[in-house]
Amino acid sequence: MEADKTKTGQKHTAADKRETVICVSGLKKSFGTKKVLKDINLDLRKGENIVILGRSGTGKSVTIQCIVGMLKPTEGSVKVFGREVSELSDEELKEMRMKIGFLFQSGALYDSMTVRENLEFPLTRVLKLTDQAEIDKKVEDALDSVGLLDAIDKLPSDLSGGMRKRAGLARTIIVNPEIMLYDEPTTGLDPITSREISDLILNIQKKLKTSSIIITHDMECARIASDRVVIMDDGKYIAEGTFDELHKSKNEIVKSYFLDIS
Amino acid sequence: MEEEVMIPAWKKWFEAIGDQVAFFFKFFKNIFVGGFEWSEFVRQCFEIGYRSLMLVGITSFIMGVVLILQLRPTLVAFGAASMLPKTLSVSFIREIGPVIIAIICAGKIASSIGAELGSMKVTEQLDAMEVSGANPTQYLVVTRIIATTIMVPILSVFGDAIGLFGGFLALNIRDSISFQLYFTKVIAALDFTDFIPALVKTIFFGFAIGFVGCYKGFTSNKGTESVGIAANSAVVTASLWIFVIDAIAVQVTSLLFYK
Repeated sequence: MEADKTKTGQKHTAADKRETVICVSGLKKSFGTKKVLKDINLDLRKGENIVILGRSGTGKSVTIQCIVGMLKPTEGSVKVFGREVSELSDEELKEMRMKIGFLFQSGALYDSMTVRENLEFPLTRVLKLTDQAEIDKKVEDALDSVGLLDAIDKLPSDLSGGMRKRAGLARTIIVNPEIMLYDEPTTGLDPITSREISDLILNIQKKLKTSSIIITHDMECARIASDRVVIMDDGKYIAEGTFDELHKSKNEIVKSYFLDIS
Repeated sequence: MEEEVMIPAWKKWFEAIGDQVAFFFKFFKNIFVGGFEWSEFVRQCFEIGYRSLMLVGITSFIMGVVLILQLRPTLVAFGAASMLPKTLSVSFIREIGPVIIAIICAGKIASSIGAELGSMKVTEQLDAMEVSGANPTQYLVVTRIIATTIMVPILSVFGDAIGLFGGFLALNIRDSISFQLYFTKVIAALDFTDFIPALVKTIFFGFAIGFVGCYKGFTSNKGTESVGIAANSAVVTASLWIFVIDAIAVQVTSLLFYK
């Protein structure tokens, strides 16, 4: 039963020998009296894509917010590149975040800025680049890699949902992150655009050699982009394995995710 | 079954005070840490200052006209019509101009900052800025608070001038007074103890407007309704602070200059 495998928290196959970039153990998070995360254990290896599946409100987003230091765990340990996140100083946290790309559900583009200015923002504020020619080249390359070069001078309000996600992705990858965290990257998109975004996630993994955690409800995205899938329910991981392994699972909760998959 | 714990109102009030103090120190620390966002600061000065000129101008002009029209019958009844420019200038420069202009700015600027930052919070833009390693306090808060602290006094001086000019036009509806004589009387009625304390308190008004707008926007809840609440709460709180600061300023000025 997958739930038993998950209790160990780390079931790896080919990925086993690779360096661990994120190590979460015994993570618990409560808001007031509400326990959102009850016992999360997760290892992300270098170059690996993990998809986290689960119903809304099971704590998927809270998990990645704890990883990036936006939320402080109530209990447990979150290590990124071997450093305990809750023990990092402001400056160390900033340095860690520079190596992590976070794609928000909405794209989270700064709506008072054009797409170009959105992409320039991390280059000038985080990487502190000053050479305008270098900045322009990086912006154009990033937009080109997500197929959005034509929209460079548009405002976010002029973009469709899919274009916003792609622009958000371009802004995230422009600083060459080592880890990518995707919070529901295909939610609200049509199947064709969802497929494009899923392919982009895979391309980014190959091109930038990133390790990724992808939170999604989209089984097609999970199939395309995952090396490993974990399923969350009620603040805990209940199953873990490759997409095909989970597809064959006898666990009723796991099976319910694969009902529409032939 | 998990029990919902009710937090007493007094505890929430103290928590809010604590949050505001922490926000103030965060703002203060970020003025000196890292580079100053000059381009954003200039943009905010333009948005806050230039875009408020028309509103402040029209309001001040009307206030000048109305004050003269209201004061005239009383002063004429006492045979003191010649005191009209002096009365207007002292009341306008010391009190009415700075307070009315600050209230107008609270309505326009604090609400706009509260709504903008609240909306950025709802759409995860603040989170995106933070997790990218950029400093949202430095980019969004420091620039806005310093811009309001500088621009509100400038708007106040501009509004004072327009208000006094409105008073001149209103005076000429019934009476006839030359522009030169009117302004000679206006200036002669004022000294530094009228002008400087008024200017200094507008600096505090500007700070309060920017600070409250940023705090309400930054601490708004996630949800579209929160944007409206942040904007509304920013105006109400900033207006209240303006009156509190004004009351303190009047006391301090009286103690220092009008013994």
